Amino acid sequence: MNNAWLIAGPYAHERSSVARTMGLVMLALVPATLFGLVQFGWPAVFLFAVTLITALIAEAACLRIAGKPVRPFLTDGSAVLSGWLLAMTLPPWAPWWVGAVGSLIAIVVAKQIFGGIGQNLFNPAMVARVALLISFPVEMTRFVAPEPIFSAHAPGILEGLAITFGGAQASTLVDASTGATVLGHMRTELGQGLAAPQILADSFSALRGVLGTTSGSMGETSALLILLGGLFLLYKRVISWQIPTAMLGTIALAATLMHLLDPEHFAGPVYHLLSGATFLGAFFIATDLVTSPVSARGQVVFGAGCGLLVFVIRSWTSYPEGVAFAVMLMNATTPLIDHWMRPRVYGRDRKGAPLEYGDDAEKAS
Amino acid sequence: MKLFKIRGGVHPDDLKVLSAGRPIEDLELPPLLHIPLQQHIGALATPVVRRGQKVAKGQLLADSQGVISAPVHAPTSGRIVGIGSYPAHHASGLNVRTISLQSNGEDLWSEDIRGEVDPFALDPDEVAARVAAAGIVGMGGATFPSAVKLNLRKRYRLHTLVINGSECEPYLTCDDRLMRERADEVLDGARIMAHALGVSKILVGIENNKPEAQAAMAEVARTFPSISIARLPMRYPMGSEKHLVQTLVGRETPARGLTADIGVVVHNPATAFAVHEALRYGRPLVSRVMTISGGAIRHPSNLRVPLGTPIQHLIDHCGGFTVEPTQLISGGPMMGQPLPSTRVPTVKGANGLLALTEEETHRGETMPCIRCTSCVQACPCGLLPVEMAAHARAGDLDGVVKLGLMDCIGCGSCAYVCPSHIPLTQYFNYAKGEMAARGRAKQKQTETKRLIEARSARMEAIKKAKQEAMAKRKREAAAQKAAQAAAETGKQQVLEDAAA
Repeated sequence: MNNAWLIAGPYAHERSSVARTMGLVMLALVPATLFGLVQFGWPAVFLFAVTLITALIAEAACLRIAGKPVRPFLTDGSAVLSGWLLAMTLPPWAPWWVGAVGSLIAIVVAKQIFGGIGQNLFNPAMVARVALLISFPVEMTRFVAPEPIFSAHAPGILEGLAITFGGAQASTLVDASTGATVLGHMRTELGQGLAAPQILADSFSALRGVLGTTSGSMGETSALLILLGGLFLLYKRVISWQIPTAMLGTIALAATLMHLLDPEHFAGPVYHLLSGATFLGAFFIATDLVTSPVSARGQVVFGAGCGLLVFVIRSWTSYPEGVAFAVMLMNATTPLIDHWMRPRVYGRDRKGAPLEYGDDAEKAS
Repeated sequence: MKLFKIRGGVHPDDLKVLSAGRPIEDLELPPLLHIPLQQHIGALATPVVRRGQKVAKGQLLADSQGVISAPVHAPTSGRIVGIGSYPAHHASGLNVRTISLQSNGEDLWSEDIRGEVDPFALDPDEVAARVAAAGIVGMGGATFPSAVKLNLRKRYRLHTLVINGSECEPYLTCDDRLMRERADEVLDGARIMAHALGVSKILVGIENNKPEAQAAMAEVARTFPSISIARLPMRYPMGSEKHLVQTLVGRETPARGLTADIGVVVHNPATAFAVHEALRYGRPLVSRVMTISGGAIRHPSNLRVPLGTPIQHLIDHCGGFTVEPTQLISGGPMMGQPLPSTRVPTVKGANGLLALTEEETHRGETMPCIRCTSCVQACPCGLLPVEMAAHARAGDLDGVVKLGLMDCIGCGSCAYVCPSHIPLTQYFNYAKGEMAARGRAKQKQTETKRLIEARSARMEAIKKAKQEAMAKRKREAAAQKAAQAAAETGKQQVLEDAAA
């Protein structure tokens, strides 16, 4: 008889674990990731690998230095997931050091310095993405048109190695067309005085936005596959519906409103929903467990805030895309939201006073 | 019947299949019984027998002390071999005052025991008095003296008696079997309690994983229009009385209040059965049905067990262990208590004895919280276990209380779902214990202060009295002196006059 566990119950468990939760998120990312890797070819594969491996090495080193047990924390999957999410948001043909530096920032600066898993205030992948975008604007905005991995114009393994590790300019190796994303295109053209409907007609197709056969970050392009992963996470109850629904709903609402008011300068909701990191942000980034509020009402506010900020940044700032900034800004408000938006406690009203019934049930004194 | 939704909750694998098919067996008498004098919430019972005395089954061994207390009776006939200390049926393993009874094997009821042909003719006070005298306590595990709950009619306007047959804890099947096999008796007991409470409506809530019990109870209930059977969805903690009442009547019990605040009193089927036995036959509570189960038990069973039987005896009856269990639990796996040894006796509130293997308890290594909010979604009370645990860890007791510690029912749903295996219940129990200790310290402090103040007031009064007495004496002395002087001068005057 072993009585070492004379600790309070329950003596049963759902059999969930941190590693399982992280594993489910990664599983949900697989379709969109595979699509991105195939669509953008070998350079994307190499960049993806570099980003993940760097994240793992950085995590191991930090745990070692902090004197924490390496194995349980390294195998919880959180470092790989951070690296993975970061890779999804990188231009697929970016040089290897972009992924490596990004992972270092994500793991060392955004996660471990705050105290490791569960302690970080900001989403590590988004901190890294924003840091990269500000530090290396050229590399971070050089996108390519999709060239499926074994197609005629796609780079082979060696060319892929040269692009990722050799610093070779893509255009010198293969005749892949470098191109701006739909969002980037819109920002530039609007700046030159063109009208939104015309720009859209030239560059945007809702079908391509759904399927993802368009230039963009490695894993952001296919709204359909990301939605599939998101629904899987909802079904598995890893995430709840509040954040994605509030975020997508707010973007759609804001876009519809502005589009109705001024169609010349504002594109409609379909464009906003299907371009950039909208879907990835709504289902995988904003829903990050550690950095989002804990109560259902708080999550609605958080999601709506993310959506509104995305629209504001895309429409009125110099950045064409705003998901990373929006999520980080809302991350900062999470403690405040958690403080003010708590669920109603059983037997109490919203203010915390015990419920009172003024009828038959009252005490007969 | 219309049911109302409750918040949160979890769906543990109920594992009732291990013992649900086994009819209730009578356990053979053990040679020696250890009957603790504290098997209830409230004051310890006081022995009324001596060592060496022969007792009949059902004879009073120790009487209750005060309103919140319960007597204990002899579970079988035999001889008292000791009145002393024995390990309690409690996680602490501490000793409790216990009467040891050697069985004479005859198991003969006392001749004084007599039932009532028509308990409904009795005054409600009399019913409650007999329930109290029979030593009946809440047999779902709470062990609150049942008679006190029957007397709630005096202070509350009641309308419904709820029989809590939800048995939402995994593994346990004792209430299930009792309702299947003794539906008549359980509902008779329920009707007697309704009579004592002065209510006309009885609701029996039974979870849907017990269709046989639902059918058996519904069959009996058909003849009584006052009784309805509610088929409850399976969800832990449906058996929490506040949540059960909410499911049935759609109202939350006000915080810090009782279900009686909304006109409902809840009792367990085993308690109803005990009330039936006590009123119809005059038999006090000396045995109960227990589920002996878990992965380490060879033949999981439902047994009618004399109170005071060492639990080793139950394990032996069930064929012993197949493997060494990692955890021995009294009650269910969600809210049950770990038992320190197999020597401890069975008690009134113990509805289950579980011997669980490592695979079943699944204690993972504790990892940092990832704020996944599983606990927030699981909490049936609308609390934020994640925040409460953070404050408890930091030793911020006031913070935990502010977040609703005292509204926590300790159901363990949060810890059950926590992917980081954080022992949340442990944190909250610790904080509750600290609060209780703080309350006691505060009480002690105010009591000490009161005594000191009383003493200084007393001293002051004595001092004042002394001063007054002294002043009085002084005045008297002065007056005497003055009188003397006056008399003297008077005398002198007289003398002078005389001389003149």
